[in-house]
Amino acid sequence: MKISAVITLKKDVLDPQGKVIHQTLDGMGFKDISEVRQGKYFEIDVQENDPHKAKEIVEEMCKKLLANLVIENYRIIETK
Amino acid sequence: MKSSVITFPGSNCDRDMDVALKKFGFINKMVWHDDNELPKSDLVVLPGGFSYGDYLRCGSMASKSRIMQSVINFAKSGGLVMGICNGFQILVETGLVPGVLLRNKYLEFICKNVHVKIDNKENPYFKNLDNNIFEFHIAHNEGNYFCTKDQLKEINDNSQVAIYYCNEKGQIDDQHNPNGSLKNIAGIFNKEKNVLGMMPHPERMIDQSLSGEDGSLFFKNLINNIK
Repeated sequence: MKISAVITLKKDVLDPQGKVIHQTLDGMGFKDISEVRQGKYFEIDVQENDPHKAKEIVEEMCKKLLANLVIENYRIIETK
Repeated sequence: MKSSVITFPGSNCDRDMDVALKKFGFINKMVWHDDNELPKSDLVVLPGGFSYGDYLRCGSMASKSRIMQSVINFAKSGGLVMGICNGFQILVETGLVPGVLLRNKYLEFICKNVHVKIDNKENPYFKNLDNNIFEFHIAHNEGNYFCTKDQLKEINDNSQVAIYYCNEKGQIDDQHNPNGSLKNIAGIFNKEKNVLGMMPHPERMIDQSLSGEDGSLFFKNLINNIK
C-alpha cells in the first residue's frame, strides 16, 4: 500500500528558501501570507497490506534516513 | 603512518587529499565506499565533494554506505577520523559529531579563502601547533552549522568546537561569518576529540605557488602528532 511521508523543518530552524519563496509570492501580489516553510514529500509503495504495519515501516525509514531529527519533523499519511 | 581516504560516488577532493597526505609523509590508500573493510590506518579521511549528488540531504546517503560501518567502528574504538566539507556533512549524518549543516544563510555557493581560529589544542589534530589563526579555503553550499540548544551546551561544556570563522586577527563576529553558522562554528569534534569535522579545506593550502602554506603547517603537525 501507498504511504506518504511529509518532512518539515522544525520551528526554530532557519529556512532561507522558504523565506525567499515568501518574498517572491509577496512580490507577485499574494499579500496575505505570514510565513512559508519548505519541506519534502515522499510517496512510498510498501509491500504490506496492513496499514498499521506499513506506517510503522515508513516511520522507521523517516527516523533512519528520510528525516534528520535534529532539524526536521515527519508526518506519515496513508495515501488512498 | 598510514591513512585511508574514502571515495564516494561524487567525491571530488579525494585526490587532492591523497596528494596532501602523501606530500607530508602518510602512506595513503584510496578506499571505495562499497568496500567492507578499512585497511589498517592511523587516520581515515572523508573528503569533500558532492557524494550521491547531495540528494535528500548532503552526506545522508554516504553516511549509510557499506564502508561507513567500519569507519564508525574505527572512530568508536578511538581511531582518528577527519571529515572535510562534504566529509563533515557525512560525519554529522552518522551522528559521530553533533549538529547539522544547513543551506548557507544567503543561499549562495561560497568559494573563497577564510580565516579560522583554533579554539582548543588539547587534541591530536591541533596539539603542538604554534599558530592559532589559519587561512584555509571554503567551497560549499551547505555549511551553515546548526545544533539544538541542548547540543550547544554539551558542545561548550566539553570544549568540542574545533575552529571558528574569524578575521585575520582572530576576531570572531557576524561580519566574518561566511554562511550563517551558529556562533561562527566552522569545525567540531566528537566528545573524545578523535573525530574532527570541518568545512574548510586544509588540503587546498599546501603549495606556496598555488595557494598558501597554512594547510602544510596543519598536515606536518598532524603526522608528527600521530607518530
